[in-house]
Parts: sequence; C-alpha cells; structure tokens
Amino acid sequence: MSREKPKSFQSLILTLHDYWSRQGCIILQPHDVEVGAGTLHPATVLRALGPKPWNAAYVQPSRRPGDGRYGENPNRLQHYYQYQVILKPNPENMQDLYLGSLEAIGLDLRTHDIRFVEDDWENPTVGAWGLGWEVWCDGMEVSQYTYFQQVGGLDVSPVAGELTYGLERLAMYVFGVDNVYDLPFNDPDSALGATTYGDVFLENERQQSEANFHGYDVAVLKQQFEQMEEQVPLMLARSYQGKSLVLPAYDMVLKASHLFNLMNARGAIAVAERASYIGRIRDLCKLCASAWVEQQEAA
Amino acid sequence: MPQLLLELFSEEIPARMQAQAAKDLERMAREHLAAAGFLPEALTTFAGPRRLTLVAEGLPLAQADRKEELKGPRVGAPPQAMEGFLRKAGLTQDQLVERDGVYMAFIEKKGRPTAEIIAEMVEAIVRGFPWPKSMIWGYKKLRWVRPLKRILCVLDREVVPFSIEGIESGDVTEGHRFMGEAKPFVAKDFDEYAAGLEKHFVVLDVEERKQRILEGCKTLCFARHLELVEDQGLLDEVAGLAEWPTPVLGDMDPVFLSLPPEVIRTSMRTHQKYFAVRKAGEEGLAPHFITIANIQAADGGAVIAAGNAKVLSSRLSDARFFWDEDVKVGFEPWLKKLDGVTFHAKLGTMAQRVERIVALAAEIAPLVGADVQKTKEAARLAKADLASQMVGEFPELQGIMGGYYARTFGLDGEIADAVRDHYKPQGPSDAVPPAPVSIAVALADKLDTLVGFFAIDEKPTGSKDPYALRRAALGVIRIILENGLRVSLAKFGKEDLIAFFADRLKVTLRDQGKRHDLVDAVFALGDDDLARIVARVEALDGFLKTDDGKNLLAGYKRASNILKAEEKKGPLPTGAPAEPTADSAAEVGLYNALRMLDKPLKEALAKEDFTGAMTQLAELRGPVDAYLDGVFVNEPEHRDNRLRTLAAVRDAMGQVADFGLIAG
Repeated sequence: MSREKPKSFQSLILTLHDYWSRQGCIILQPHDVEVGAGTLHPATVLRALGPKPWNAAYVQPSRRPGDGRYGENPNRLQHYYQYQVILKPNPENMQDLYLGSLEAIGLDLRTHDIRFVEDDWENPTVGAWGLGWEVWCDGMEVSQYTYFQQVGGLDVSPVAGELTYGLERLAMYVFGVDNVYDLPFNDPDSALGATTYGDVFLENERQQSEANFHGYDVAVLKQQFEQMEEQVPLMLARSYQGKSLVLPAYDMVLKASHLFNLMNARGAIAVAERASYIGRIRDLCKLCASAWVEQQEAA
Repeated sequence: MPQLLLELFSEEIPARMQAQAAKDLERMAREHLAAAGFLPEALTTFAGPRRLTLVAEGLPLAQADRKEELKGPRVGAPPQAMEGFLRKAGLTQDQLVERDGVYMAFIEKKGRPTAEIIAEMVEAIVRGFPWPKSMIWGYKKLRWVRPLKRILCVLDREVVPFSIEGIESGDVTEGHRFMGEAKPFVAKDFDEYAAGLEKHFVVLDVEERKQRILEGCKTLCFARHLELVEDQGLLDEVAGLAEWPTPVLGDMDPVFLSLPPEVIRTSMRTHQKYFAVRKAGEEGLAPHFITIANIQAADGGAVIAAGNAKVLSSRLSDARFFWDEDVKVGFEPWLKKLDGVTFHAKLGTMAQRVERIVALAAEIAPLVGADVQKTKEAARLAKADLASQMVGEFPELQGIMGGYYARTFGLDGEIADAVRDHYKPQGPSDAVPPAPVSIAVALADKLDTLVGFFAIDEKPTGSKDPYALRRAALGVIRIILENGLRVSLAKFGKEDLIAFFADRLKVTLRDQGKRHDLVDAVFALGDDDLARIVARVEALDGFLKTDDGKNLLAGYKRASNILKAEEKKGPLPTGAPAEPTADSAAEVGLYNALRMLDKPLKEALAKEDFTGAMTQLAELRGPVDAYLDGVFVNEPEHRDNRLRTLAAVRDAMGQVADFGLIAG
C-alpha cells in the first residue's frame, strides 16, 4: 500500500496498521464484546500477563454509554474507536517507534510540539495500572503511553508497553476538522462518492444515546449483571483438555462491565454503590487473570 | 584535581519530581563519597526532563593508604582463639607481633582506586534512589522513574567501567529529541558535556530554563503591549517539561472573555499549562495565551500556536457549556444532589455536613457581628456548587463558582461573597475573609471538619494529614487573630482539639519568631481565647526582654525551687502571709509590695492590659531579690509565714503566665 499522508479516517487507520505491521506486530481485529476501552480486549488484558512475548495492534470500538450527546456535541461520542498497540516486552526503542507512527500519519516532529507529560494510567475495574505519559501534540493529548505494572491485580513480568490513540480526536487534528461528524471517512475525492463520519455514525449516536439514557430497563440490566457475575466462577470451574474456561469467563466479565456502564448512564448507581460495583467486577477479573497466568506458565 | 561527571539519562521524568531528585542525588553522592573518605571541593547536581546530572570537582584518583592495628589473643591463650583471630585477619602467626603480652597484627590497607568506589556508588544510588513512584520495564528488575537508557560516568576524562542490569557505563549522551542532529555525542568532562548539550539544544540548568521562559514570554508580550500574568508554580512545572523551552504566543477567541477569569486561567493552567496574559497596565485577561513548546519550530511556531489555540478553544467551549447548563439548574437541585454524596463513611453525606455547618454558623454569627439569617443562608448554599458541572470539571474552582452563580441568580452580595470566600484561607499566602458573614461560614466550615474528624479519631499523625486538618486549624487561628475576634474555642471542641489548636498556634507564633515556651506558659493558664493568648504572649515576650523581667524570672525560679524542696517534706502551709514579725526590711518590703500589687494587677488583667500587668509585676523584682538574698526561710518560728510569702509571689505571677514553664 502507499505511504502517503492519510486523507481520511479510514486511511489513518490503514496507515497505522501498515506502520505497526512493518514493526512486526500482528494486526488483530476488534474483540466482539462491548468494551469501554481498547485495553479491555483480551489481546491486551490477558496477553499482558504471563511470560510469553506478544506484539499486536488493533482497532477497538469503545463504548462509554454516559458520554452520549445525541450527536450534538462536536467531540463527545458514546461509541468511538481506539487504536491500541501492545508490545511485550516493551522494546528499548519503544518511544522512537511511537514517534515514528506519528510521522507516518503526517506529523512533522520539527514543526509540531510533542511532549511526554506525566500521567499514570489505571483502570480499577480490571485491577490494572502502569506508569507513563499522556503524549501531547501542540497541547492536545493524542495518545496514552503506559508501561503496565499490574494487570488483574497481578504483577507483570516481563513488562508490556501499551499505546492508545484516540482515533477520532487524532484524525480531527491531523485533518483540521472541528466537528467529528465532518471527518472524511473515506477519500473525499473517491470515485464512489465521499462519505463522512456523520454519514456512518450520526444516527447511531442519536439512537444509542436515547437508549443509554432512557431506553434500557434498569431492572433487566441489574438482573443481567448479577447473572453474569454468578456465571464467571462457574465458567472458570469448567475445563476443557485440562484447562479452565478462562477466555469465555473473561468475556462474561466484559459483559458485566458493560452492563455496569449502562446502569451508570441510566443514573441507577448511587455514588456510594459505585465503588462496590467496580470492586465486584475487579474481583471477577482477578479470578480470570490468575487462571490465565496459571495456564500461561504451565504451557 | 580530577573531576567526576555522572549523567543518568532516561525517558521523560515527571516535572514535579525533578527538583527533589536533584537534591536526593546530591545528598546520596555526598554520603557515599564521605563514607569513602572523600570530600569533593564542589558538588553540583542538575535535573531536567530526561536527565539527572552530577559533577564533583576535586576528587583524588585513589583513597589514601591506611594502617590498621588489630588486637589479637593474649600470649598463652587457647589455640582456638588464635586460629579464629588468624582466620579473621587473613594472616599467619609469624606475621603477628607480640606487644605487652598480646599478639598484635599490623595490616596495611592500600587505598582503593576512586573509580572502583564511584562504580559502587552509582550502583547503590541507582538501586536505592527514593523516587516517589518507580517502575520496572522489559525483563529488568531494576526500578527507575521511567526506563533508564544510558549512564554516562567519567572520572578524570576516563570512563568508570561498570554495568547495572545490562546498562553499561560510557562517555556518551544525547541532546534534544527533535532538534539539531538528534544523535548521541561524546563528553569526557563537564565542559565538553555542557558545550555538547548547548550545541544539541538542551538547557541543563533548571534556573536557566526558567530564565529563558520568562525572558521569552516578556519579549512576546512586549511586542504586543501585553503583560505576563506571572505564576511561579506553573513556571516550575513547565521548566520541567521541555529541554529547549520556547514560549509561543497564541490567540484565544475574545468571545470567551465573558467567562469568569478564574475559569479561563484554570483551564489554561491545569489542562494546558499555558500562561495567561493581560493588556499592559490593565486588569482582567487579554484574549491570548503563551504555551511553552519544547522546540524552536522551523515555521516560527505558527503551527504550534494554531494547534494550541484550537485545543484551548475546545476546552473553553466545554467550560462555556458547563456555565450555560449550570445556570439553568441552580442551587436547590444541587443541594438535593448533595444528599447522595458521601462526605466520609463515618461522618455522613455532604447534605448532613451542610446542616451541621448551618447550625454552627448560626451559633458563630452573633460572636462575629454577622446577620444570623444571612449567615444561615450562606452556609446552606456554600457547598452547593460541588454538584455543578463546572466544579465537577474544575474542582479547584469550588466556592469561586458558587460565588459567581449566587450573583448570577441575584442573591444578596454578602451571601455571594461568603459562598465564594468560605474556603479561605487555603494556604499561608491566601488572605482570610474580611466580611462578618464570610467569617462565620468560613469558621463553621473548618470547625465542622475538625470536630468531625477528631470525633472519629482521624487526627493527623506525623507527616500524615489526609484531611488537611492542620491547614483547617491554622485557618481558624488566622481568621480569629487577623480579624481580632474574641471567641472561646472550648465552645466548639473537646480537650484534644483545643490542644491541637494550641499546638498549631505555637507553630504560627514560632514562625513569627515567638518562643514556644512562652506560648506554653500562657496556655498553661487554661485560656482558650486566642486573641487573649497572643496578647499575653506578646506582653510576656516584651517583659522578658527587660532587665526586670529577666531578674524576676530568676527570682521566680529560686522561690519555686524552695517551695518544691519544702513540699517534699510535707504539705506547704496554706493561706495568705501575715505581716512579718521578724525585724527584717527585706521581709517587710516584699510583704508590702505584694499587698500593693494585688489590686492594680487584678485591674490590669481585667482590662486585658497585659503590658500593664507586667509593669505591675516588675515592681516585685527589687523586693523579691532582696528577700531571696537576705532572708533565711527555714528558721523554725518564721518558716510557715515565709513559705506563704513565697507562694504568694508565685501565685501573683501565676495570674499572668506559668513562669515555671519558661526556659532560662
């Protein structure tokens, strides 16, 4: 494929795929369960654990039900894309590789101001944290850069480096677009006609926002959450060829986490309950993480 | 004399940790060098975004040789003792010398090469560095603040060879990440290092980086008739974020100037780390900002300015949105929301806290001359903005936003000011609220915090003060003293809290140069009126600087020592002294002085004229001195009356302070 400066949302993604593929990463596809962030893909949360090297890049649709704005806010979405790179162990030149990816998408590092600003990432629902930075380009956060230290409450070894690019925001900056819905999705000069981000997603934002804030039945969500919570240990107790069913169990944790996010958007979680819900999801995630590490170390 | 240059080169070090890291590096190096017997002529450290650097001048290339004497077993001691000694000393028996019936070993220790000691020192520093937060990376077990990439270590232009978990020492470092050649270069001493960094666009010294930022900002401002809104904390931070700090001026859409200036500044400062500017000689903000870039861009910073302007504009659009949404909602719905917000698991919800503050503020209002109704209303509304969107986004604007919203909703000015000012003072440089309603609510806010956390036994211990109770107590003290308020603290807290106030007051007075023993001496009277305590301490301080004061204190100590010694023999006689029967001028003199003192002293104290009270006490000096020098207390027929006289001296002085607690 060509290495020209990308002109559209999709060519930005293809450029990043091309770049990280050339660095030796496997290019994965999104996980097919709703998640709140690219980190939650098992290709990051689970693969960051255990002794085996792992290098992957993928796009992950991310859902944050509470961030829905009915398509009326120029940069807030309840469904958006994260580009995720996980490098385990983190290579010595990971910062240089990262900066190379910015150049690949057309940012001249001698014209733009790139800064690494302290930001220690954590995700309490999966018991994960790490040290790193927000990466700023001309004052805008374009990526989160983290060296994982713990995932699922377990110390990692070796350490995985994680890069997360907020794709819409990055694209808006690179293409000089002020409203996310105006982003060119494909090549604006395409023979088959130009399509914008809004053409693809505006209606989705409207309907999903209404569902997130008013549509879902709280009692049903709560019941489903509790069912998932019950099922995780049962799934982990089952095994196939001597291995406990940690991968399907982890999917259930993700579902519980998404159900929690929906309840939260519906305003059904009192402030005092929040911490306890997050703790319940984290406990489930820890069970999966421990089972996964056992399997990795045994193999 | 040889020079040591050490550089620990890593990925970006958090700005807030750099200054302390430079101090820690210096301290650790000094300690290690001193332990090896080295005293460098000069030792300097630097910290920046990607490097910690140390340069030590005047080290020898080796330690001095040393002779050690070891005392061995006595002649004729059992053979096991001799064997043990020889093993320990690493010698054979023919190498020992007999002296006074004891075997002695004389060992010559060659001084070790300095390079060896430096190698060990660097490893110890790297492995033991006290970063507030550190991490592992790759397969390494080593911890550092972010991945450590290179170690440059040269002594007298030679590489000190060592390796720490695969990181080899060398004489190579790197310059700026993006500017110049962006290639590693060799530095064999500090001059080469400093010159190389300059050539490669790195300002090593943080003070120079700050200077460069300030000068750059001022140049930009001057050209546009603007003035920099100086901000030391921000300057410290941005000086740790760029190796080649380069101010760039950007434009802000003037439409945002209708937002409160605090909102604009907070958005600029906390989110974007921008400096604000104002028109030269004018109040308020100008529609521009200055960002500190890490590069001197080829296009003069036009792209950087435009990009940052866009980011700021979107931040301020958010702020504008929060403002518009907030003014649609208002205080009453926010107050309802506080019902669902836990203040502390053991202290209930924010709504309950508000109720307590209202009650307390109503009680305080008459004491500070505030209108009770207005005070209650201000206290009720004070915390409401915590539920607003703006404060959700900018927690540091709590109170300030409440004040703006109160005015926007047309509330009484005194109430709006009290809502705005009730968190004051937030630090030693912050002013105390001056208006009565504000004072009442500010005091109630802090007292509720203090009383609550003391009641659930969450008092500060050592360096831990998670609820900032020391700051709250200091706030109460400052509000009371600086407004000249007369309040009895015992009304609001139990003994432990009063003692805590006493402690904080001591710190305050000590910071003002007052002796803490004087504070103790006054506190011992059991008074809990801060203004009166301070007045007493000040009068006492003045008195003890006079000759009369010093001598009277000495007399007091002698008298009270006598009383203590006599008390050990049995209970002291009680009651007032009778007129002396012995023919002694000294006795009569003191007796009369005490009688004459009584009334004016009580009057001065009643008027709280402590300087006057001290002047009265000064009258005792001569008679007390004469008495102690000329009267023998333990004459059997006079003993009781003389002890009563001394006790009367002690009691009279005790009305002013417990002189027994004063040092000297």
